[in-house]
Amino acid sequence: MGRYVPNTKEEQLKMLNEIGYKDFDDLFSVIPDSVRLKDLDLPAGKSELEVSRIISEMAAKNKQYKAIYRGAGAYDHYIPSIVKQITSKEEFVTAYTPYQAEISQGVLQSIFEYQTAICQLTGMDVSNASVYDGGTAAAEACAMCKDRKHSTVYVSETTDPKVVSVIKTYCFGSNTEVKMVPAKNGLTDMDEAAKMMTEGAACLYIQQPNYYGQIEDAHKAADVAHNIGAKLIMGVNPVSLAIMETPREAGADIAVGEGQPLGLPIAFGGPYIGFMACVSDMMRKIPGRIVGETTDDAGNRAFVLTLQAREQHIRREKSSSNICSNEALCAMTVSVYLAAVGRDGLETVANACASKAHYLQKELEKIGLKKKFDGEFFHEFVTTSSAPADKILAALDNKGILGGLKLSDNEILWCATEKNTKASMDEVVATVKEVCA
Amino acid sequence: MKLIYEIGEEGRKLDLFPELDVEKYELKANKRNVELHLPHVSEQELSRHFTNLAKRTHGVNDGFYPLGSCTMKYNPKIDEEMAVLPGFTNVHPLAPVESVEGCLEVMETLQERLCKIAGMDAMTLQPAAGAHGEFTGLLLIKAYHESRNDKARTKIIVPDSAHGTNPASAVMAGFEVINIPSDDKGCVDLDGLRNAVGPDTAGLMLTNPNTVGVFDKNILEITKIVHEAGGLCYYDGANLNAVMGQCRPGDMGFDVLHINLHKTFATPHGGGGPGSGPVGCKEFLAKFLPGFTAVKSANGFDKKYADNTIGNLRTMAGNFLVMVKALTYITTLGKEGIKEASSNAVLNANYMRVKLSKTYHMAYPVTCMHEFVMTLEEEHKNINVSAMDIAKSMLDYGIHPPTMYFPLIVHEALMVEPTETETKEEMDHVINVLKEIHEKAEKDPEYVRSAPHTTVINRPDEVGAARNPIVAFKF
Repeated sequence: MGRYVPNTKEEQLKMLNEIGYKDFDDLFSVIPDSVRLKDLDLPAGKSELEVSRIISEMAAKNKQYKAIYRGAGAYDHYIPSIVKQITSKEEFVTAYTPYQAEISQGVLQSIFEYQTAICQLTGMDVSNASVYDGGTAAAEACAMCKDRKHSTVYVSETTDPKVVSVIKTYCFGSNTEVKMVPAKNGLTDMDEAAKMMTEGAACLYIQQPNYYGQIEDAHKAADVAHNIGAKLIMGVNPVSLAIMETPREAGADIAVGEGQPLGLPIAFGGPYIGFMACVSDMMRKIPGRIVGETTDDAGNRAFVLTLQAREQHIRREKSSSNICSNEALCAMTVSVYLAAVGRDGLETVANACASKAHYLQKELEKIGLKKKFDGEFFHEFVTTSSAPADKILAALDNKGILGGLKLSDNEILWCATEKNTKASMDEVVATVKEVCA
Repeated sequence: MKLIYEIGEEGRKLDLFPELDVEKYELKANKRNVELHLPHVSEQELSRHFTNLAKRTHGVNDGFYPLGSCTMKYNPKIDEEMAVLPGFTNVHPLAPVESVEGCLEVMETLQERLCKIAGMDAMTLQPAAGAHGEFTGLLLIKAYHESRNDKARTKIIVPDSAHGTNPASAVMAGFEVINIPSDDKGCVDLDGLRNAVGPDTAGLMLTNPNTVGVFDKNILEITKIVHEAGGLCYYDGANLNAVMGQCRPGDMGFDVLHINLHKTFATPHGGGGPGSGPVGCKEFLAKFLPGFTAVKSANGFDKKYADNTIGNLRTMAGNFLVMVKALTYITTLGKEGIKEASSNAVLNANYMRVKLSKTYHMAYPVTCMHEFVMTLEEEHKNINVSAMDIAKSMLDYGIHPPTMYFPLIVHEALMVEPTETETKEEMDHVINVLKEIHEKAEKDPEYVRSAPHTTVINRPDEVGAARNPIVAFKF
């Protein structure tokens, strides 16, 4: 049996006796007999070597692809070595939420640096210390926009359906009405949005680039929302922000998104990180931890958790959200990643994503996979083909390549990142060509 | 210390990416027009910057961390090693089911073992933290009442000793919160509960042992009162470390619970996250579970979606790598180890409680479970030394203070949770330190009031920080 209790059985008994208990049964005598567990139905404990074997065998059952062309919310980017090394430091890994500022300046400063990076990327004034993922960030952002006069949430149909589902689930909780704004040729139908949104509108949520990779007219979305007194929330891909206009420039009030592309492995869905940033007017509505800069008694620079009057441990049922634990170590990961790549590196990644996706799209078009939508795209695009999507993806799978995501019988959502080489993309095209022939 | 934005020079960088091997694509519109300020540092500077930050951070590995209600136990290394296996980290969450058998096996095994430990029938691993789990569990309760067309059940009963997340989660789930007072032992006042329940009761949220570390021996009566009124019982699993292997929430009358993998099952807290907050429930609630659960199939494993699902609490399956760590831990401990852990968590807490009770006032001088609460009310009154002052003094000894000023029903509270992974010597040392601080407080209260004296900063100006918030570096 593996164990992490250091005290020996003899020591344990001695301690028990020293404080007046006969044995462990005596210590636990307060638990009523009727609920005392006779036998916990679990396998016996195991040595580290056995455990290592068991868990490693599970990992080995997963297929590892040599190349990935699937995104749809989880993006396969290169993670620099330094990112993994730094974020494995035991001090960072094993600390709790930095309640005691005097011995937590390291974690607090790292979150402040993260908040700064998110403000830089999005153009916003205020960022929180993170929420669970991009979906929860979107849902929390919708809640920020609600007040007595503004209660209906509008969400574009071009949003990732997984994010829509999270928004709807949160809104089921708060009894909030969610209305879907239809899409037209792969983009949010802004005219329809303007018609649909009425006095009680709290916000309009759009994704940029949207689920199909298409670049939305965010300025128009901002006008539509603001004309009716609602807020614009933009869900953005953080890598794209190196070259694309910031949500702030487009007129958004809140920017949120999935931070996974910034140094976190795809890892079957998590841990990921939701980032949230807003204009200063909404600072006191943003949920979760926020780190602020201050000084100590001696005038030294110091960092603390701040604006805590918003939070559950102070406000209880009147707090802006119930969030307590967030994704702090993932925030540090994002921070280290952005410091490692820098502005030029992030631009390189963003340009490589866009360039490779456009190369792949053109090459696929040559062999008959048509682009479904005409608008400009970033690093994802949808194709329609005469050959069934299943057949195309199976052929790629046989070559050890994870193809795009099947959207319907003949439609595939593709993604390319800096990790995909020209040689690999040529192999994709050659493989698909065989299927289509 | 300087920020990463204040060191380095324009032009310094890491060489990470190859030349572009296809034609460069230029965006036609929607280009960024504002400058992007990110750090410009060499790898060496980056490494040293974060090493300096690490030196200014106190983790469980740096020393004793008795932060009550947070279960800061030792985080085993094998758990970390398993969670970075490429076979796990390189898996796309939307990859075909037959290519993710290993991930589904991790999930299915963990779900089953957590059900056994909690006494539940079904488990979702989707929630990302404890509070997220609370929200999920409450949505299950809401969906249940709505499915029966029982629309009058709009109230959730929460004891005044509860974690702040409980009432906050209840409001997010659309419920009204009814706070009920605790009795003089910190337990649920049965008459108060009887008066509070009725046809509008959706449920009760409770943790047992409660937030003062006492096991509520009326637990079966409590859950019965709620059930007889037509409500459901929610168990806040924050304190599961005290009772795992000893008794099960499912056997105490609870219908739904969340578990904090980052507390009870030793996955680290990472400075505030990522955590994981699986939610378990009895069979009659399973049809409402969110996301997918992993199930055994003829050929291996499969994903199963519930018929009347409440939806999704987040995108994807959950904090998967945290699940790997928890499964590694549970596999290591096994049936005896789980019980040994809770036994020693309770032993260590009582050892410290008894040894300290001659010096400090215990809020509830009875056998505690995994944690106990001291009150500095008298010291505060008599010598103007607060719980905060004692806590800050501990920092000078390299000890992380207990949780301060919680639960709210105890004045000047310090809540101590040593966990099972501390040695007797370490606890004896901390007991002596706490006695020494108390002595100092009596002899030289100003010294204690102005602590800490040896940390990289002394007490920060929190009021100023909130009044004039600086939440990002200005370039």
